[in-house]
Amino acid sequence: MKTLLEIEGVSKSFGSVIANEDISLTVREGEILALLGENGAGKSTLVKAVFGLVKPDTGTIKINGTVMESGDTAAAIASGVGMVHQHFQLVPVMSVTENMILGDEPKKFGVVNIKQAKKEALALSEKYGLEVDPDAIIEDLPVGMAQRVEILKALRRDVKLLILDEPTAVLTPQETDELLEVLRNLAKRGVGILFITHKLREVMAVADRIAVLRGGKLMGTTTPKESSESKLAQMMVGREVVLRVEKSVAKPKEVLLSIKNLRVNDDRKLESVRDLSLEVHAGEILGIAGVEGNGQRELVEAICSMRSRLSGEVVVKGKAIPNLNPRAAHLAGVSHIPEDREKHGLVTSYSIADNLVLNRFDQAPFANGWIRNLEEVASNGEALVEKFDIRAPNASLSAGSLSGGNKQKVVVARELSQQLDVVVAAQPTRGVDVGSIEFIHNQLIAARDAGAAVLLVSAELDEILSLADRIAVISNGKIVAIFSSKEADRNTIGRLMAGLAS
Amino acid sequence: MDAKQGKKLDFSPILVPLLSILVALAFGGILIFIQGINPLSAYRVLFTTAFGSFDGVAITLAKATPLILSGLAVAICLRAGLFNIGAQGQLISGALASAWAGYTFVGLPALVHIPLALIFGAFFGALVALVAAVLKAYRGVHEVITTIMLNSIVIALSDYLTSNPFKEPDQPLTRTPKIQESARMPDLLGLPLGFFLAIGLSITLWWIMRNTTTGFSIETIGRNKNAGWYAGISVKKTIMLSMLIGGAVAGVAGAVETLSIIGRFEPAFNAGLGFDGITVALLGRANPLGVIPAAILIGGMRASGSTMQFEVGVAPELVDLLLALILFFVTAPLLAKFFKNRKENVAMTSGWSN
Ligand SMILES: Nc1ncnc2c1ncn2[C@@H]1O[C@H](COP(=O)(O)OP(=O)(O)OP(=O)(O)O)[C@@H](O)[C@H]1O
Ligand SMILES: [Mg+2]
Repeated sequence: MKTLLEIEGVSKSFGSVIANEDISLTVREGEILALLGENGAGKSTLVKAVFGLVKPDTGTIKINGTVMESGDTAAAIASGVGMVHQHFQLVPVMSVTENMILGDEPKKFGVVNIKQAKKEALALSEKYGLEVDPDAIIEDLPVGMAQRVEILKALRRDVKLLILDEPTAVLTPQETDELLEVLRNLAKRGVGILFITHKLREVMAVADRIAVLRGGKLMGTTTPKESSESKLAQMMVGREVVLRVEKSVAKPKEVLLSIKNLRVNDDRKLESVRDLSLEVHAGEILGIAGVEGNGQRELVEAICSMRSRLSGEVVVKGKAIPNLNPRAAHLAGVSHIPEDREKHGLVTSYSIADNLVLNRFDQAPFANGWIRNLEEVASNGEALVEKFDIRAPNASLSAGSLSGGNKQKVVVARELSQQLDVVVAAQPTRGVDVGSIEFIHNQLIAARDAGAAVLLVSAELDEILSLADRIAVISNGKIVAIFSSKEADRNTIGRLMAGLAS
Repeated sequence: MDAKQGKKLDFSPILVPLLSILVALAFGGILIFIQGINPLSAYRVLFTTAFGSFDGVAITLAKATPLILSGLAVAICLRAGLFNIGAQGQLISGALASAWAGYTFVGLPALVHIPLALIFGAFFGALVALVAAVLKAYRGVHEVITTIMLNSIVIALSDYLTSNPFKEPDQPLTRTPKIQESARMPDLLGLPLGFFLAIGLSITLWWIMRNTTTGFSIETIGRNKNAGWYAGISVKKTIMLSMLIGGAVAGVAGAVETLSIIGRFEPAFNAGLGFDGITVALLGRANPLGVIPAAILIGGMRASGSTMQFEVGVAPELVDLLLALILFFVTAPLLAKFFKNRKENVAMTSGWSN
């Protein structure tokens, strides 16, 4: 097979941070190369350099033997590179077809020919076996579908090299499996694929070769056959990682969080939490298992008083939490790791230190009455950066300059470093590397053992199964069953999640 | 994507305004040159008049005083993510209210009368802003629309009031009576007292933004409203508060103009001060301290425009043109950033850029 992409000696620094150091890699036609590495190892930086979004300091990038001008995205696209960013680039209010042709519309007499476009969209979706409804509006689609549109858009211009930066972070396991199948098909057609993920299972399932980065350097390449999940984890992190969660038996005590007959609307004003009741005890982790979009987000936001409750109540330590008052929820002892870190969890232009006190900035010791105590804020920042292993030279840097997983660690550090009564953790390990997953899981267990009631919402059934002491299955806005971790059975839960009776 | 935010060596807050001023001057220079006049001598006159002598500087600083305040009024709202186009209306309201307080109350000592008239100005400036604030916070009506409409309403209302109930009796002119001597703001060290007030307010607001929980709330809502909501900051209260501060400061701008320069309220006399405040705020990068040099520069150009006409024959409108060009060049990168952010915000649901 012909070599498609050659990365030769690429280095890139941001100030004092060396994101890439003398990296050389190749991708052949029809090959799937998985790029692994800790948060901040330099994966995104490297693929952005290939796509021309980042200008390397030194080194060259060749596509089909031609040296690419650095920092020239248009040239990269012209030579057949397509990139699916983790951050969707779709326009929510437009249709699938419109999104696919955006920027390069088929025209007839100078007017966009939407019929032609629709035909093209259908042909494309048939060609790659990626089913989409060309008339659907993007914002009505589940994430997995939107992801497909994104991929189709990238494939529209006869792509030879497809780059995907953590495409599975927001997908459900089923959606992920479908995506992996698509990638295999593309590879069969000769497309070279550069694929970033933190999920070792996916790497083992789909990669032809695996390249591991650590601290900006290439640690080596291997294949799924020569390797194993634990070997990969060790290669990434540089130490042994316990991939299985180790925890003692829970000793649940009194009820700390109780949800009574809760009804909540989603953004489209459709009832998505329907008369839901649930109790979480001190000293236990209750996991909510469910296919995304079955009311989890609305449930979490209603518990934290961020979203209006139609009826029902949320009681924390015996006190009802007022509606639409996130501050009251917080003061009552609810800490919340939000699902969407960029939207809710962070102010990216603030320093890491300010983000680490975002919902406590007006409380002692971070403020004496009206006056903020900036020294306290700074030293708290340095301490948490250290404790939670946030990869940043110092806490006064802007949170926006962190890598994706390190942003997540900032949010987790803030929420788990306070007085804990009730912890609501929504997708707490999304986009985080295996080493940090281990750490965050241990922190959640520590919170539990210290007597907190932990409500865990995750799209990863594995995460729920390994972490939760009790598992509640949500389907269509209702809890359809609750299991203890002993009785929990993957298949039964899977069937219930899919809305089938067990 | 955040390459610019990475390191401390970020000069753009100073560099962008400086560059825009230079580019605007270059463009203006070309236009002067086309009229057959040497642009360098025109600019020399402009800047030596404004900054070349003690008297010139005093006049410049007097001109700059209301601009610092109106710039501050716009800047504080910008911090909260609000575009206060209404500084003009708030300023007029404050100017008229302080004039009324200045001529109505008789027999007060200056130490009571001046602060009282200033408070009237602040209160009525804030009152105008309150309307826009309530509509924004509770009804979601865009502040640009409401503040523009409020400008027209306040101008019409002040015309009515000065030609009817508040009119100076037995005079053909549309204006209020003169304020009492006890309400006149004196000079200090050859500079208007209002100048020191403006500097004091700038420093105070800068300190509040930097060191207090209120400042942090305003800043957070301005940068990421959703995160502010998550963090328990009341979005409504913060919008109300920053608009009210903005309105009050604009009202003080009008009051200072009335009490130290004009001595009464005359509709046409305040024209444009509020709008120049927008230029000042943007040139000062919405920084409460940044508005001071920005206002002094613009004040100086305003002060010496007519001298430039006398001495080299360039129409004083050139100053307006220069200001417009400066505004254009400072906002161009801001606009570019705004649209870039918009594009980035086209995230669907929970996407993150890794
Ligand atoms: N624009 C930037 N400015 C400053 N530092 C940056 C910038 N982009 C990346 N970095 C730094 O470069 C390093 C590598 O970042 P990169 O985003 O490539 O990591 P990554 O391997 O993709 O991590 P993750 O798995 O968390 O997404 C990090 O330390 C990050 O903080
Ligand atoms: Mg990344």
